[in-house]
This record gives sequence, structure tokens and C-alpha cells, in this order.
Amino acid sequence: MRRSADDRVFRITTGMFAAIVLLLVIGIGFELWRQSMLSIDKFGFRFWTGRVWDPVSGEFGALPFIWGTLYSSFLALLLSTPIALGIAIYISELSPGMLRQPLAYLTELLAAIPSIVYGLWGVFVLTPIVRKLELLLPESLRRTPFFSGPPLGVGMGMAAIILSIMVIPFTSSVAREILKNVPIAQREAAYALGATRWEAIKVAIGFGKTGIIGAIMLGLGRALGETMAVTMVIGNNPQISPSLYAPQYTMAAVIANEFTEAADDLYLHALIEIGLLLFIITIFVNFISRFFIWTTKQRMVRPA
Amino acid sequence: MSNAWRRKIISAIAEGFCAIAVLLALIPLAMILFYVVKQGFTSLNWAFFTQMPKPVGEAGGGMANAIVGTLILIAIAALLAVPIGCICGIHLAEYPTSKFSSIVRFAADVLNGVPSIVVGMFAYIIAVLPVKRFSAFAGGLALAVLMLPTVVRTTEELLRLVPAGLREGALALGATRTSAVFTVIVPAALPGILTGVLVALARVAGETAPLLFTAFGNRFWSISLRQPIASLTQQVYLYANSAYDDWHRQAWAGAFLLVMIILTLSIIARLSVRRLERMNRP
Amino acid sequence: MLTAIDMERFNAALAPSAAALESMNAKISVRDFDFFYGSAKVLHGITLDIPDRQVTALIGPSGCGKSTFIRSINRMNDIIPNARAKGTISIDGRAIYSSDTDVVSLRRRVGMVFQKSNPFPKSIYDNIAYGLRIGGMRNRRELNNVVERSLIRAALWDEVKDRLNESAFALSGGQQQRLCIARALAVDPEVLLMDEPASALDPIATTKIEELIWDLKVNYTIVIVTHNMQQAARVSDRTAFFMLGRLVEYADTKTIFMNPKEKMTEDYVTGRFG
Repeated sequence: MRRSADDRVFRITTGMFAAIVLLLVIGIGFELWRQSMLSIDKFGFRFWTGRVWDPVSGEFGALPFIWGTLYSSFLALLLSTPIALGIAIYISELSPGMLRQPLAYLTELLAAIPSIVYGLWGVFVLTPIVRKLELLLPESLRRTPFFSGPPLGVGMGMAAIILSIMVIPFTSSVAREILKNVPIAQREAAYALGATRWEAIKVAIGFGKTGIIGAIMLGLGRALGETMAVTMVIGNNPQISPSLYAPQYTMAAVIANEFTEAADDLYLHALIEIGLLLFIITIFVNFISRFFIWTTKQRMVRPA
Repeated sequence: MSNAWRRKIISAIAEGFCAIAVLLALIPLAMILFYVVKQGFTSLNWAFFTQMPKPVGEAGGGMANAIVGTLILIAIAALLAVPIGCICGIHLAEYPTSKFSSIVRFAADVLNGVPSIVVGMFAYIIAVLPVKRFSAFAGGLALAVLMLPTVVRTTEELLRLVPAGLREGALALGATRTSAVFTVIVPAALPGILTGVLVALARVAGETAPLLFTAFGNRFWSISLRQPIASLTQQVYLYANSAYDDWHRQAWAGAFLLVMIILTLSIIARLSVRRLERMNRP
Repeated sequence: MLTAIDMERFNAALAPSAAALESMNAKISVRDFDFFYGSAKVLHGITLDIPDRQVTALIGPSGCGKSTFIRSINRMNDIIPNARAKGTISIDGRAIYSSDTDVVSLRRRVGMVFQKSNPFPKSIYDNIAYGLRIGGMRNRRELNNVVERSLIRAALWDEVKDRLNESAFALSGGQQQRLCIARALAVDPEVLLMDEPASALDPIATTKIEELIWDLKVNYTIVIVTHNMQQAARVSDRTAFFMLGRLVEYADTKTIFMNPKEKMTEDYVTGRFG
């Protein structure tokens, strides 16, 4: 029959295009692995624990970059999560109806600003301000390991601030979706027991807890891979330090800065190996995030 | 009852904090837009659009090559990502529950979360390394991979929204599946799909990291696909990192242009969505 | 100088009328109550008295306003935007729609059970303890006591006493509804509002709920909305028949079902229309 032959051709042809997407993901992982073999073979696990990154002598240890990425992302989450959740709660529960759309749109605008523009603003506008604040910090705090070192403006602290601003819209919009889908019966149950508005909101958050964690992890995934804005304000110094004042380095930043200067194959492979790790970590974080969000959405469709 | 009082105060304070959170997010937004407009708009002049970058240290010049470069790059990205992404989306919409579709959907989600610099690395490995040359094509390829998940998702969602009656009508008139899909269903969803493509293009137009070692940048005028090419984002990065005030000024101008392009595309997208909704509601 | 007629009027004003006497024993007193969703008027001049420690059933066809009315008693309608109330509802003589009403305490005095059970995604214990905890009760022993007492009163204790830490969602539909009743009872309300509490349950679970209501009325004033007339006849002392947002007839249950005054009431209870 003409129709079923056409159906088959249609399915296979469109399927081939769909397979391209699948092949791309697999391909990226494969190529990254293949092109980092030299470094994997030479350093093995030492690559991840080594603290020395010296292209001249051929000694590559990526720990400073792993530290920089994880620490900056962690700090960014610390700053952004309460704000993002506050925004989500405000827009979905507290704001007057007319403000809802404009506020949601403005928050999403934050996500539309390109990374390089954040970097530009960060370097030329925010860093001088932060530097002044760093100078103003009382002596007693300056002695703690979190604020030690000369106040340069650029450094881990700046990176954390810029990253947190960039992450806010992602966490916030997913959290808003989740809150919107909490069945109203939950809030009614709380109100009927004499809850205040905030207590009823807490019940809603509790119901969507898993999804909100997923939203936070989505922000984490975003922060881990951010390149341009971070490299412009973090100082690009491969040192490991808990101090917010200290210039440090992230995985994405070192790749951006040194990739075109990698003169020999080992150097290139070492950088690609860092890219491979970044690839794996972000896939993992995003997978967990989507899984949590999906689980919560399932629960909302069939509550009990 | 003092307990009730305490709870009400806590409730008010917590709600107040949420309102402050909104302000805390809007303030950086306002600051960024303000500085971009203030520093950038004033630095825009005719020379910026028409002239090439001057040699290091000389004042003046423009970003003509970078502007054109960005346009070429997103054109390449669109040419690669739109056909593949749309047909993939068509497959997902036509066979929504198949195992294969679930896997592809998952892969698209994964692809969406890959950092842009890693995608740049991939494009470097498959398009730069074999020919030992940076090229506009490699840059466009990287951007295409970044756009792909968005195009797939938008296409699938919009096709699913097309009323089932349309398909049934076409099939009842004897159309094959292929012809029903491509002559009836896709055209119905086309405005929305184009809007989604515009939004995706806006997003990749602002990318820098993946271009650093694919398109690489070019001081000179070049529109060849096989040569390195300048881009607005990369030029802004270059100038921002420099020590020259004039270049800083131009960097702001470039940033302003970028933000304008993205804002315009996103407003067009939003207005089209609004018009679409009104059209589909009789 | 007061004339004899004035004196007569004066005495009449002082002496409480039979209606006024009755309303003094009423737990909940409703006078000329209107309710609006935006510009749509959904309740028209409702006037009735709900007696203390009895079960009052509200019956009527779908959309007659009985749910809106019951939700006005604990001001649950406040959370709906553009909802407005006019007239008075008083509990123990105090108006609840006045500007100095503390809605939070009102809702502790007037508990509510919903049509579809809505337990929190917490353990059985934590569900019941929720109202207590937000009220400030922290002492573990006190909480345990109240949780047990509430579950006993809701006829659920024997079935769950060994698994208080299990998720509330592990219970059956009927058990979840009794859990919600226990949760409402835990904060020690005086009035219990029930909006079609058994309509989502099977016959056996429904019977259990009805028996529970019969037991509870010794201690609580109960108002129950039901579309099931047999249930209203079985369970309630007084019945109010609503239609299109108006109170058509209100009397003791026996009268409404055996000897209704209004033709509309008679048509409804004999099943002549919806």
C-alpha cells in the first residue's frame, strides 16, 4: 500500500535527522576523549590531583582549575539561590496580578544578556565598586582566610558575584513553574488550619521540594560552564585559595585563554582533557536536575 | 495570642524579603542596561559600522568586519541547525512515544546543557584540526550545535500544538503522511517555529567562547567560509582586554549593538507569539 | 411624655422575640449574606442560624452556592481574587467579616475538611502535628498526646498507630480523608465544616465517615455540604436547601424530607429534578 511505504520512508528519513542529535552527543564525548589520550596516558589520575600547571616543562595538574570552578559555582549558588527563590515566590504568590508578566519578563531579560556583556560590565563597572568595598572591609575580617590578600577587585569574589547574577534567572524561572503547579488543595489545607500566608507558601515549597532542588542544580550546571564573564573578572591565576580576594582560575577560563597558545600536542590534549571533565560534570549535574524536575512534575499531575 | 502575632510578623518579614530579592535582581539589570546604553550608544558612529579596526594603538576605526562576521556566522549556524533541528523535531512530534524519540529527546536535553566552550572544542576537533586552519565554517558549526536543541524543542512543541483535526482532514483527503506533514501541519506551525529560530539565533549571536578557537577572529575584511572571521563578540572581548581607552570605548559600542540585536529579536519573537495566540483563538 | 403605644413598642423592643431567643443559642448566625465573584452575585441574602453541637446539612443542585456558602464561614474564599462578601456571619455573636477579625485564629476555631482529601507530603504524624506546630507547640510529649487523641476521635488510630511515620500517601482514600479530619480536629476547633467529605469515597469508607460525623457532633458543631440526599437524611439534624444562590428552605431534617413547605424543596428531595 502506498501509504505505508510512504510512512516507512518518512519515519526512517526523519529518524535519520533525529539520530544526528544523538550522534552529536555521543560524538562530542568520544572526540573529547580521543583527543585527550596523550594527557590521559601520561598523567592518569595525577592530572586531577596535581597542582602544578606548567606548559613549559610539560607538567600538567588540573586541580587549581577544578577548585576554581567548584568554589566559584558553589559561592554563586549560595548567593543566587535565596534571591532566585525569593523572586519565584514573589512573582507566583505575592505580586499584584498586573506586575506578574512584566516582572517575569524582566527576570528573563537577565538570561538574555550575553556573557561578554556581563564580563564587560563586570570589569569596568562592578570591579572598581567591589574593590572599594574590599578596601572598606574591617581589619578583623581581613585577617580571616576568606578575605586575605591584597584587594585587587578581580578575584574569586567578583567571579562569584557575576556568576550568581547570571544564574538567578535560570533557577528562578524553573522554581516559578514548580510553584505554579503545586495543587491549590495543599495551600487550602494549610490555610484551613490557620496558617499565615508565608506558612502556606512554605507548604507549597515543601510539596515541590524536589523540583526546586532541580531548579537550583540547573543553575549549578549553568555556573559550571560559564566562561567569558568569569575569565574577565576572576584574575586567571592558577592558585588554590579560600580567599574571595585571591585571583584564581576555572576550567572554562583556562581553556578559553590557553587553547590557541597550545603549541604542542600534549598541551592541547591536557586542555581537552579539562574540557572532557567539564563535559562529564555538566551532563551529570543537568541530568540530575532534569530528573528531579521531571519527578516533581509527575507528582503534581497525580498527587497521591 | 502572642504566637499568632509573631507568626504574622514573620510572614510579613519573609514576604518583604521576597520583594527585596526582586529588587536585588533588577538592580544589576538596570545597571548593565544603563552602562551599555550610556557608554555604548555615545560611542556609536558611522565609522563604527563602516570602518575596519585600525592598527594597534591608533584611535578610530570601526567594527565593520566584525558585524558582518557575526551575521555570516549566524547565517551558517541557521543553515546547518534549522533543517536538521526542524526535521528532528518533526520526527519527535510524529512519533512522540517511541523509545527512539525518548532517547533523542534526552540527547537534545543533554546537548542543551553542554557548556559553549566545550562545543567550541568539539568544533575545533572536527573542523579545524583536520585542515589545520581556523575558519568561519568551524565557528558557524559550533554555533549550530549550540542552537540545535532549542530548534528541536521549539519545533516539536509547536507541531504538537497544531490541532489534530488538521491532520485528520489532510489524511482523509488521501494525503500521504509526508505530504500531510509538510504541506499542512508544518505550515500551520511555521510562524511559531520561525519565532523560535529567531530566539535561538539571538542567543548564539551573543556567544564568544566557542568562537575563540574556531572562527578565531580576523583583523581584516573576510567573508570567506574557509578563512578565520571576525565577530562582534570576539572583537568586544579583544578590545576589552586591551589597554587602550579608545578600544574600550569601541568595546562598549559593540556591546550596545549586541544587546540591541538580541533585544530586537526577542521583542519580535514575543510580539509574534502574541499575534499567533490571537490568531489561533477565533 | 411616653404614650401607651410608645410604651407598648418600648416593651416589645426589650422583650426578646422567639427568633432572637433561638439565635442566641445558635453557634453560627448568618444575616442577609451576599457573595460576589467579581460582578457575579452567587449568594443572595442568606439568613439562617446554625445550632451548636448539631449537624446541619446543606443540600441543593450543582452550582446552587452551598460550597461558596460553607467556605465563607471560615473565610476560605478570601484567597480567591475578586471575591467579595456583604452581610453578616457571626460565630458566638461575633461578626467574622469585620475589620478586626483575625482570620488566622478564625480558621483554627473553624476547621475544614475538603471534598478530595489533601494530606501534606509528610508522615501521618507530621500531617496531624502541622497545625499544632505552627501554633507553637513544641513539646514532643504534648504533640504525641494530641496526635493520638485526634486519630482516636477520627476513628483512625487503630489502623495507623504502628505506622505513624509512614507517608500519608500510603493510606487508602478513605483513610486519607479520616486523616484530614484528624488533622482538622488536632487544633481543637469548635466548628467543623465538611465540603462533600465522602463524595470521592467508596460506600464502605463513606459509611465510616458518616458514623464518624454522628460521633463527632457531641463535641463539635458540624456543617456538611452534600449532594447525596440520603446521606443528608441519615446524618444531619437540620437541613438547608439552597437553589441558585438562595436559601429556599431551612428546617429540621425530618421536616425537609417528609414534609417540606416549599414546592421546590419537595421537587428536589423527591428527585423530580437535578
